[in-house]
Order: sequence, then C-alpha cells, then structure tokens
Amino acid sequence: MPSSTTPGQLSPDHYVADLEETPLKAVDAVDESEKPRSSARDAWDSMRTRPLFWISGVLIVLVIVIALFPGLFTHVSPQTNSLSNSNAGARSGHPLGFTFQGYDVFSRVIYGTRASLLVGILATVLVTVVGVVIGSLAGYYGGWLDAVVSRIGDIFFSIPTVLGAIVVMSTITDRNPLTVALILALFAWPQIARIMRGSVISATATDYVMASTALGVSRFRILLRHVVPNAIAPVIVVATVSLGTFIVAESTLSFLGIGLPGTTVSWGGDIDNARTTLRTAPLPLFWPAAALSITVLSFLMMGDVVRDALDPKARARR
Amino acid sequence: MLWYIGKRLLQLIPVFFGATFLIYFMVFALPGDPVAALYGDKQPSPQVIAEIRAQFNLDKPFIVQYLIYIGHLFQGNLGTTFSGIPVIDQLKQAFPITFRLSMLALLFEAVAGILVGLISGLRKGKIFDNSALVVSLLLISVPTFVVGFLLQFFLGIKWGLFAVTVSPEAPWGDLVLPAIVLATVSFAYIVRLTRASVSENMSADFVRTATAKGLPRRRVISVHILRNSLVPVVTYLGVDIGSLMVGAIVTEGIFNIQGVGGTVYKAIQLQQGPTVVSFVAVMVIIFMLANLLVDLLYALLDPRIRYAK
Repeated sequence: MPSSTTPGQLSPDHYVADLEETPLKAVDAVDESEKPRSSARDAWDSMRTRPLFWISGVLIVLVIVIALFPGLFTHVSPQTNSLSNSNAGARSGHPLGFTFQGYDVFSRVIYGTRASLLVGILATVLVTVVGVVIGSLAGYYGGWLDAVVSRIGDIFFSIPTVLGAIVVMSTITDRNPLTVALILALFAWPQIARIMRGSVISATATDYVMASTALGVSRFRILLRHVVPNAIAPVIVVATVSLGTFIVAESTLSFLGIGLPGTTVSWGGDIDNARTTLRTAPLPLFWPAAALSITVLSFLMMGDVVRDALDPKARARR
Repeated sequence: MLWYIGKRLLQLIPVFFGATFLIYFMVFALPGDPVAALYGDKQPSPQVIAEIRAQFNLDKPFIVQYLIYIGHLFQGNLGTTFSGIPVIDQLKQAFPITFRLSMLALLFEAVAGILVGLISGLRKGKIFDNSALVVSLLLISVPTFVVGFLLQFFLGIKWGLFAVTVSPEAPWGDLVLPAIVLATVSFAYIVRLTRASVSENMSADFVRTATAKGLPRRRVISVHILRNSLVPVVTYLGVDIGSLMVGAIVTEGIFNIQGVGGTVYKAIQLQQGPTVVSFVAVMVIIFMLANLLVDLLYALLDPRIRYAK
C-alpha cells in the first residue's frame, strides 16, 4: 500500500488529544443544581429562534382572532346584499368590492374564516384524540387488540379521505361544521393511529420503561406517564399539518356543493359561487382563495417548524 | 416474489369487503334517506317511495342489501345511474379519458418533481433549493380548484395558450393543462420528498464509497443517490393515486372533461346520490388495486422488502 505516513503516526488532519488533557472528572461533572431540561423546553428554545415560527404564529393567531370576533374587522354584514352592487369594484368601506350577488367580498372573507377554521380544528382534535388513544393502546398492549384495530384501520385507510367524505356527504342532508368535521375525521384517523402505534412500540422498548417496570409502576401508569409523552412528538407534527389539509378538504367539499350549506358563509362556498363570473370578474374568487391559502400555508409552515424542533436530528443538521 | 404477491392479494380481500361494506353502510344505514336524497327538495308520494325502496332492495335487511350489491358487483353489474344508463357502460366510456389524464399528470409530477427535488437536494441551502421549498409549500396550500381556475383563467382565457375546456373525445393536446393542474399538489410533495431523501443519502456511506473509488459524479448521482432516493417517492406515488382521483373530480369538473371525475362532479351538482356512490365505490376499488401494484413495485425496487416478509 503506497503511503507517505509511517505506521503509528496519524495524518495531520486527525488530531487526537492526550488522555491527560481533558480529565474525565471535568467531562463527567453534572451540575446538580440545574433543573433537568424537558424536550418541550428544548423544542421551544429551538423554535423561537426561527423567523418562520413567528411569521406563521402571528398569522395563526390573527386567523383565530378573526374567526372568534369577525365583527372587530368589518361592520358590513356578510348576509345582506344589493343587486345594484353586483360585481361592483372596490370603494370606500368596501375594500375588496362586491360579488355577483352584490355581497361585500371583504366581509364574506372575514366571516368565512370561522366555518373553515372550525371544521379544521374540530377534525384535527377528533383525529388526534381517536388516533392517539387507539394507536397507543394497539401499540402498547399488542396481541389480538393490535391485530383487530390495525385491520379496521386498514379498511378506513383504504378509502381516500375526501372520496369517502364525498360519498357520505352526498347522501346526508344535515350538513354543518360538526358533521363535516366528523366525516373527515372518520376517514382520516388511521393515519395518526398508525404513526402513534409505531412510535409507542419504539418508546416501549426503552430502558426507562424497563426501569419503571422494575420499580413496580403499574403497566397502565407507565403508558400514561412515560410511553405516551415520549411517543407523541411525531403525532403533533402530523396534526399541525393535517389542520391545514382538513381546511383544504372542507373547502373542496363546499366547492363541490356538498360541504357546508349555502347559508353558512365559507371560503369554499364563496369560491364556488364566484366561478360562474370568473371570466368577467375574477376578484371575488381570488380573495377567499387567497385567505384560504394563507391560512393553510401558515399551518403548514408551523408544522415544518415544529417538526424541525422536535426532531433532534433535524436540529443538529440545521 | 410469488409468495409475496399471493400474501398481499390475500390481505386485500378483507380490506376490500370491509371498505365496500363501510361505504354501503354509511350511505344506506346512516340517518338520512337515500330515496329522499334522490328527490331533493320536492318529496314524492309514499307509494312512489315504497316502489323505489323495493326496486333498490331498500326494504330488505341491510346485510342482505349489501350481499346483493356485492353479488352484482362480481357479475360486473354496478347498478344504473340516475338516468337509467348502466354504470358499467358509462364507466367504459369515461374511464379511458380519466386514465389518460391521470397518466399524464403522473408523468408530469414524477419527472418534474424528481428533477426539481434532486437539484434541490444536491444544492441544499442554495437559492434554487430555497425557492423550490417556498414554491412547493405554496402549491400545497393552494387548493386544486383554485389552481385550476387561475391557470384556466390566465393560460386559457387571457393568453390563449391552452384550450379552455376539453372536447368530448379529449385529445392529448387538450389534456395538457388539466394534467398540470391535477399534478400540482403531488408535484410539490414529490419535490419535498425527493429533496429530503437525496440530502439524506448524500451523506450515506455507499455514496462516500462510490465517490472514493473514483466514479464520476454523474454516475454517483444517477445510480447511487437517485436510485436509493426513489424508494419513498414510489411509495408516495401509490398513495397519491387516491388524491389524483379526488383531484380528477375537481379538475374534470372545472375543465368539463367527460371522464369518471367529471361524471361524479356532475352527479354531485345534480344531487344524484346513487350515481355518486356507485362511481366512487369503483374509484375506491381502483385505488386499492393501484396501491397493491405499487406495493409490488416497491418490493421490486428494494430487495430487502421481498425477503424480510
């Protein structure tokens, strides 16, 4: 082997410190007075240094405030219209102009926030609760419970969420934010359950679980206190992103005319209404679409930030 | 390999029955009367309702209804649409168009998505990578129907680059714009997936070995990095067929394409519940079969999967 270095001598790139240089005591010393750092704290410290977190955070807070108190942002009612204003342009007090039916676009966009956000949050909460409970029970106890639950999950998983929702929504007559959220959640829970199950299985095989078992902690208590908190991180990431996708799903259903009824002000419904006049007046379609996209985008960005913060590998890479 | 295919087919059977049962159950057993849905706002007389119930076996116990439905399904009888045309006939006419549209969309998203993702992953943190990330996030957050309207408005109506709507025979040229619309969301996901996978493989040992033994960079990228990065992308393409079908409903509605999606779209607009159900049930079955196909492809790409199970 041609080599310029003699055996035993390291190349100049490699530096190996003398053993005496860093006494083990110095490396091993742990400051007992310092409180142990939780992973949530670590994640928070990592998140708050990122501009993307603040941008998406501010947008999300703004959207929530608009949804809760739409009256703060506009005095025009979204339900009163005058046909003399049909497709009229912007003017004082009506910054975004009017729809074909003579509704104020800005007011419709503001009041439409509530329905979209409500469906998104309800569906996300439902999916997360159901998915976490089912996934952790299946992953932790295993055996027949796991087998049965996983097969049932496979069945729901084999139906694409929006396709399933289209089938059900086109037959039921009682449509409101709750039923839309329920039906979206019905087809979407297996995704979270699968992630939670896998995560719980790997968290169960850890030393601290064995230590707790050895200390005589009951099995269920171990699941609640140790396994679930350590396994939930990937679920939080997926839930944040899925909030955005649920909002898109709701608007798609409303756009098809089988989501929220026409009497509910919603972005999807307004986009649907505006498309007939797309060629002559595209703006009534553009504004609700923009509001929808910005909302979804902020949840997606938040999901990205949260994932980076909760994944130590990604944090080190950055 | 044969053993693996057989095992996957066997696994499909309970899922198939479960899924069809589920759809059937939710449509016919949940509160809400399908006959009432059939009529919309103006309700028919009780005699007519009773007759329709008998005609569609709705007067029999639920499980019997389901078994009759499955029996018909296996005989190729998918029921009739609202206007009395057998679903299977309409499907024969509409399916080839949707198939061509989806293939075109798959081609777009796979080629463009993998290319952009690869360049992004190789140049992580550079300007191309950052703009690709921002664009992909934007595309994911804008719903398909909005992308559809915007492209139709600007490319079709304003600048006249593409046909605004598609003629009934749906020639390939007309399908280009709808296919781009259909591909947008998946394109964005594929970019992100490929990018993550490529940038992870860049630091893998086998890439270092390939570089160390003096292979040209082109070969390292195309054979070692790209091929290994494609495994998650192929898996995604399988799941994606489902979203392509949902997208097809919206896209075909917007561009007036007479495919499966367009038929469902019109049926929804006209509140023809039974037609929607029979078509979407077929879509779910196609989705399951496509997923199976992708699973098999996946095993072909990655030998570890074949032998592990």
